[in-house]
Amino acid sequence: MAVRKARHLTLEEGGFALSLTILAFLCLIVAGRTYDQVLAFHAVVLTVAMLAGVFVIFRRYFDEVNQPAPLEIDDRPNYNMGPVKFSAWMAVFWGVAGFLVGCIIAFQLAYPALNLDLPWTSFGRLRPLHTSAVIFAFGGNVLLATSFYVVQRTCNARMPGQISPWFVVLGYNLFIVIAGTGYLLGVTQGKEYAEPEWYADWMLTIVWVAYLLVFLGTIWRRREPHIYVANWFYLAFIVTVAVLHIFNNASLPVSIYSSKSYIVWSGVQDAMVQWWYGHNAVGFFLTAGFLAIMYYFIPKRAERPVYSYRLSIVHFWALIFIYIWAGPHHLHYTALPQWASTLGMTFSIILWMPSWGGMINGLMTLSGAWDKLRTDPVLRMMVVSVAFYGMSTFEGPVMSIRAVNSLSHYTDWTIGHVHAGALGWVGYISFGALYCLIPWLYGRRNVYSLKLVDWHFWISTLGIVLYICAMWVSGIMQGLMWRAYDSLGFLEYSFIETVDAMHPYYVIRAIGGTMFLIGALIMVYNLIMTALHSEEAESASEPNSGLVAAE
Amino acid sequence: MADHKKEIDNVTGVETTGHEWDGLKELNNPLPKWWLYIFYATIAWSVVYWILMPSWPLINSYTTGLLGYSQRSVATQEYDEALEARAQTGQELMNASLEEIQNTPQLLEFAMANGGAAFADNCAPCHGTGATGFVGYPNLQDDNWIWGGTLDDIAMTISYGVRSEHDETRVGEMLAFGRDELLDKEQVKTVSNYVASLAGLDTNPSYDMAAGKELYAENCASCHADNGTGLQELGAPNLTSPSWVYDRSVEGIVAQVNNPRHGVMPAWIDRLGETTVKSLAVYVHSLGGGQ
Repeated sequence: MAVRKARHLTLEEGGFALSLTILAFLCLIVAGRTYDQVLAFHAVVLTVAMLAGVFVIFRRYFDEVNQPAPLEIDDRPNYNMGPVKFSAWMAVFWGVAGFLVGCIIAFQLAYPALNLDLPWTSFGRLRPLHTSAVIFAFGGNVLLATSFYVVQRTCNARMPGQISPWFVVLGYNLFIVIAGTGYLLGVTQGKEYAEPEWYADWMLTIVWVAYLLVFLGTIWRRREPHIYVANWFYLAFIVTVAVLHIFNNASLPVSIYSSKSYIVWSGVQDAMVQWWYGHNAVGFFLTAGFLAIMYYFIPKRAERPVYSYRLSIVHFWALIFIYIWAGPHHLHYTALPQWASTLGMTFSIILWMPSWGGMINGLMTLSGAWDKLRTDPVLRMMVVSVAFYGMSTFEGPVMSIRAVNSLSHYTDWTIGHVHAGALGWVGYISFGALYCLIPWLYGRRNVYSLKLVDWHFWISTLGIVLYICAMWVSGIMQGLMWRAYDSLGFLEYSFIETVDAMHPYYVIRAIGGTMFLIGALIMVYNLIMTALHSEEAESASEPNSGLVAAE
Repeated sequence: MADHKKEIDNVTGVETTGHEWDGLKELNNPLPKWWLYIFYATIAWSVVYWILMPSWPLINSYTTGLLGYSQRSVATQEYDEALEARAQTGQELMNASLEEIQNTPQLLEFAMANGGAAFADNCAPCHGTGATGFVGYPNLQDDNWIWGGTLDDIAMTISYGVRSEHDETRVGEMLAFGRDELLDKEQVKTVSNYVASLAGLDTNPSYDMAAGKELYAENCASCHADNGTGLQELGAPNLTSPSWVYDRSVEGIVAQVNNPRHGVMPAWIDRLGETTVKSLAVYVHSLGGGQ
């Protein structure tokens, strides 16, 4: 089309422009012909987004600003940090949104009137909104931001593509919007942590493949002889999540004009695929991905070498080989055959030490720098995060034992366990990474206020402790009440009595969660001030050059 | 680039691997011994567990394990044992009349435990955990009974329900005097004012009490009795009792006379069985209002 110009669209630009135009056209047809109002809304949103993408590609072309960025400037890699900045801020935004919805549903459990008797604000719709917002929107954007940052820095190379990295971060966040608005409007697949319907699943698949290609392309271009350990973990996370996502979401839509689909698996097979997915979402999204963050940001911040290269290799391969087997422990004492259940349990026990390998490597990297915990609250946050990781990866194998599980399963103990990992491990390592990343991206020497980081740390730590302890007590009490029989063999308590007994713990949990949210809001202020406050910018043209491992 | 530049870390005295990425290095520490041995121990424990218990899938079956343990047979065995443990007393309960159950301490203890558990799981959602009811759901703690408060009455109500789908259900329908234009608006208000006086509520002097009494005698007394005390055979509530199922006010009475609400209670006999229904009858009877 634009061949008269001296310059051409690159293959990447042309490919994206053509594909987005075709897809936008398809979405427009769906929007026009569907009888499903939510699908019509989503199709219109996608059409607009894709056409906006095509517009930007051509505007860059006609404004003649689409020259490929130089790979190097003055023999130093010209890193592409725009998508990293975007994802980092999106992580901050979605984090606060997700924590807020979590607080709302925590209060709804204590005071059901807060459901407001409206379908859109009922627990059933807000709960997947909370889990998806914190895991996939907050956690996902932290992973996107840090992985693009870390892979470029440790490969000493600019990531490939002009459009592709932006396609990944924008496409991923658009997927979040489509999924989240779908939940509120009542569109769900009904599979825990895999609620988005078929069209959102397709969208994520395409974005994820682009993510994998950009990541691999950066590794391909690397100017280092070896691949850093953090990148092994990121790669395991990206590849495995792709496989999990495709198998667990294999479904047939009722029609291309309907948001409803049916999963191809049925019965206990569906349950098994679901929890194979569900447990490895924990293993590869929330563990492998965040271990990658730990392997870069803790040694960087502590200015110490990683404790043991050998341990990192052994625990990496052990972790990814064993995690994939552990899913059946979510289905003890169900229609799942006992052999599958015992395999899941034994592999969960074997998983204990491979998980702790990461904890040891994280904590022992501090040897020689323990004094920094007193002065640097960011490092303290990340070290406490690793401690929570160690605690919940011990609690997990214990809970996977069938006898323990018969008490703990379906109770609040599980919720407490998940939040020890989610708030303590994933939350704190992410906050630590953001407190490092935002100053680095904006050329600041450090965050705006370390004192505020201290406040964030203490308020949210207290919140986590309240949360976990309330759920331990409430969960074990609940489990014991369910299994209590009187001397004649009749149940001692009815279900409603167990709910009644849990009320005070629900209130404590909601207060704990609110403290965690308050901590995050302090972080938002601190990070925004870090970006705006540039009094020392002149002296920090290359902020990272000062941070080399201590000799 | 940074390969083969091994150096000694000053703080720990450990050699690095000689790699470097973005300023990050790695120490060449060995695997911690305790870590490795616990890792081996968990693997050894798992292998023993696999040998003893059902574990690995084969083509058409699975390894059943040396202990021959099966969660399915354990579950059915425990279930059978529980049934057996209850069987004798349950049978005695089945054969005994409700009065005999009430008068035999051993049967009564069993019935109260069984009835209490069954009430909490099946009845409490409507009648409340304390059986004090809600608007639309009768209070079972007092001595005001719509369908009768004797052991047999209660057992019958529980068994077949009220306006349920069961053939033997209790049925009572109040006519919709306002909606079906059996009475005009003024008459509805006048008779409601009279009913309020029977209930001991404040009445409105602007309505003619004598006319209300006449309307009541013509339209209501056949079910609710001349003095408003109701008729349990028909499920016509006692209007003089302080304990009402619906709104106890003049407005509530007008609404009910205009277009009466007819609550439904399910029949439980097919779901819970005779032993549990008998236990429930004894339990509900004991709550305070049994007749």
